[in-house]
Amino acid sequence: MSDTKETTGLSRRQFLKGSGAAAAATALGTAAAPGALAAQAPAAQPVPGMGPAGVKITLQVNGRKMSSTVEPRVTLLDALRNYLDVTGCKRVCDRGTCGACTVLLDNKPVYACSMLALEAQGKEIRTAESLVQGAKLDAVPAAFVRFDAQQCGFCTPGFVVAMKAVLEQNPKATPAEVEKGLAGNICRCGTYEQMRDAIYSLCNTKRGS
Amino acid sequence: MAQVFQVIGTRPIRHDGLDKVTGRAQYGADIQLSGMLHGRVLRSSHAHARIKSIDASAALKVPGVEAVATAADLPESGDRIAHLGEGAVNLRHLSSNCLARGKVHYKGQAVAALAATNPHIAEEALALIKVDYEPLPPVMDVREAMKDSAPKLHADVFTEEMGQLKKDKPSNVAKHFQFKLGDVHKGFAQAAVTVEREFHTATVHQGYIEPHNATAMFNPDGNVTIWCSTQGAFTVRAQVSELLQIPVSRIKVVPLEIGGGFGGKIRVYLEPVAAVLSKKTGKPVKILMDRAAVFEGTGPTPGSYIRVKLGADKTGKLVAGEAYLAYEAGAFPGSPIGPGAMCIFACYDIPNVLIDGFDVCVNKPATAAYRAPGATNAAFASETVVDEICRQLKIDPLEFRLKNGAKEGTRRADGPIYPRIGMIETVEAAKKHPHYVAPLAPGSSPFPRGRGVASGFWFNIGLKSSVTASVNNDGTVSLVEGSTDIGGTRVSVAMQLAEALGIRAEDVRPVVADTDSVGYTDVTGGSRVTYATGWAAYEAAQDIKWQMLEKAAQLWKTDLDNVVYDKGVIRAKDDPAKKITFKELAEKIQHKGGIVVGRATVDPPWPGGAFATHIVDVEVDPDTGKVSILRYTAVQDCGKAIHPSYVEGQIQGGAVQGIGWALNEEYAYNAKGEMTNASFLDYRMPTSLDLPMIDAVIVEVPDPKHPYGVRGVGEVPIVPPPAAIANAIYAAVGVRMNELPMSPGRVVKALAAKK
Repeated sequence: MSDTKETTGLSRRQFLKGSGAAAAATALGTAAAPGALAAQAPAAQPVPGMGPAGVKITLQVNGRKMSSTVEPRVTLLDALRNYLDVTGCKRVCDRGTCGACTVLLDNKPVYACSMLALEAQGKEIRTAESLVQGAKLDAVPAAFVRFDAQQCGFCTPGFVVAMKAVLEQNPKATPAEVEKGLAGNICRCGTYEQMRDAIYSLCNTKRGS
Repeated sequence: MAQVFQVIGTRPIRHDGLDKVTGRAQYGADIQLSGMLHGRVLRSSHAHARIKSIDASAALKVPGVEAVATAADLPESGDRIAHLGEGAVNLRHLSSNCLARGKVHYKGQAVAALAATNPHIAEEALALIKVDYEPLPPVMDVREAMKDSAPKLHADVFTEEMGQLKKDKPSNVAKHFQFKLGDVHKGFAQAAVTVEREFHTATVHQGYIEPHNATAMFNPDGNVTIWCSTQGAFTVRAQVSELLQIPVSRIKVVPLEIGGGFGGKIRVYLEPVAAVLSKKTGKPVKILMDRAAVFEGTGPTPGSYIRVKLGADKTGKLVAGEAYLAYEAGAFPGSPIGPGAMCIFACYDIPNVLIDGFDVCVNKPATAAYRAPGATNAAFASETVVDEICRQLKIDPLEFRLKNGAKEGTRRADGPIYPRIGMIETVEAAKKHPHYVAPLAPGSSPFPRGRGVASGFWFNIGLKSSVTASVNNDGTVSLVEGSTDIGGTRVSVAMQLAEALGIRAEDVRPVVADTDSVGYTDVTGGSRVTYATGWAAYEAAQDIKWQMLEKAAQLWKTDLDNVVYDKGVIRAKDDPAKKITFKELAEKIQHKGGIVVGRATVDPPWPGGAFATHIVDVEVDPDTGKVSILRYTAVQDCGKAIHPSYVEGQIQGGAVQGIGWALNEEYAYNAKGEMTNASFLDYRMPTSLDLPMIDAVIVEVPDPKHPYGVRGVGEVPIVPPPAAIANAIYAAVGVRMNELPMSPGRVVKALAAKK
């Protein structure tokens, strides 16, 4: 099965031409990420200038190489969700304020809404989907299930990834340190208590001690 | 006589747990259909304006844009009222809230929509739709809007004054009503202490994490399928049917997982628009809101002005209460002023009461339900005044509630006499809780600390639910329900079926079905699902039991009245050797005797209502005005806790939202009526670091009508926090906060005014 999905329809360049907004195109051109474009596979069509037409990208997601053609402005979150069908990361605020789109980028937690897909090339991307391999569920999501640290579940993959990041970086983290790692995530159902239960169990610490 | 349970009261793992923690659960935004178009909605840039014209010709010329929709594409709806389960709405207003007709009444109101081959084209083409507005002065404050001189939102909204429509001149006041009990003048004459105060509360949003979304596929044969995030698939079906004038039988609504709702996902916004765009293009159309659209374009809960006067005699018995509540309906009539006015004194037995309620239009989004809609505003006012009376009379606030608390037989001012309720029991449990007598630990910090308490009431509702339950040949039961699961109700409903059948909760496989696959079911709202859909599951289990008894009787060639069902085992009365487990019989009947499917529909009586009493310790930094929550205990009567962890989760979740409402959350507006903080950065909701442990204490006073004694639990825990925190702030620093939120700036201002 191919993981490649080509975009159909209009590129931003064609669109801007069509709507006669050439000045806007110039302004936007300067905002593209040159380093990221340079990192493309040489086989790809040369992109005229740093223009915003669709470019082929390859991302390493959950251990698999996935390719697609996206406009340079497409965020990592939108690329994962809309072009690569990796929908575990959620689009909630799209402004780096809620943590629902948290993914691991070379083992560091990042907001996928706040970086461009192009910038994520060449890095190892992991989402909540990576934390279940066959029948084996990682200890972090397993603790979320066991302590029911979720109600509606929409923010949950982001919290799971954020917590996984802290414990991977420091397996001896204290519960307080783990909880600090969740400061960038919002759960509106207010399941923080159950998350604390999960944290204490993952830290092998008794609550109240 | 207490029932002995095998399943109820245990804490099984939720059936959908694994899907949700690994990101596999499918929410509305995850839907991807072949040939699907992406819709975007153009929203009003004015708080109040006439729409002179809409020109979409430039947008339609953009390659990739396939259709534009405006109000002209919606049939004209008449002035009919649709009941949505938790609140009612005028269809003409609902239609204009989906796509504005003639006027815009708030910034963010949907004006036009288009569908294109990808979201980027849709977004950019949207900017090419030209709307010519004639701006009008907005009115943003409820009391300003009530003045005769205020700009009028609607030429055709008149005040319904005590049930009589005053058709002489249009008004922003859509409704004024009164609840009267006894004689307040006589009551206040007996009072030794009378306290009267004014309160203001800001507009706040439910803040559900998942933005609204809808995908519609309108087939040429006239059938339309809608996938969406909703608290009620059937209410979406009914609303779309009315708004587009299509028979309900032509509409299938598929509710996907729902990322929070709290009352805000009952009314439709995108669904009819996606359906219209799909009809025009012949392709499926998906529309997602962004966060700013959620804040600006969907229904928050109202800001309000409330005046409360309470009188007590010298023994501390409440003798009279008076309240004046004016709630902002937002753009269209329909604030939760009714429940607010019913709830304001609902925790107390007061012989003489007069309550005035006003539903007032202002240029803000049309308000929607939010967890115990209307009750939190009201309790902030009444529970603060109660605290002042306790201080003046030097009575412990929990003793005062024991003396005055509502109980079975108390008449509420709006009429009903309470059945068996648990208000007093929550107060007793709070009084016994170690928190209430624990020292406030002064000296450990330089900042003053204080403790406050408050109580709250919410009705809970009954309404209709349907389930079907099929017995599988491996002894499990597939349970099909129509109640979308926001907080774990798949499990709490499944557990009631399991209890009734004497099987394990894990052996029930619950699924939430679309509108073609299950009988009519009202919204997930009013704290009703565990109560009413759980009741339906209980009834379906009775149906299964009878059928299983028939099968066993056939198997043993005996009479039906010779077989009995006992905790998952069927026995013959006359022969101890003849017994068979549910599982064994399930396997047997697959081969002979046919299949067993249980079904039930219920429309149960309304439950007796839920009460909560909260205790909070705060610390106030007098220089910055920051209020920190040190300790929080939330006591609640839950009737019977089916899954205690979920009950605790609801109590904690409600308290967390109430704390956010109390301290941080508000819609900030500029002079033009534009919301200036439509993001999670500036509309600040509590994170883990803002909150201490919230100790949820379950009190069980079973509802005598329900087969398992269930009362709804989801809503009432949001009611007490603002008042409890206000009372704790007073205990800490001696100022009475009369405005929500009690943000640092307001606390500093209040402290400065005291000096």
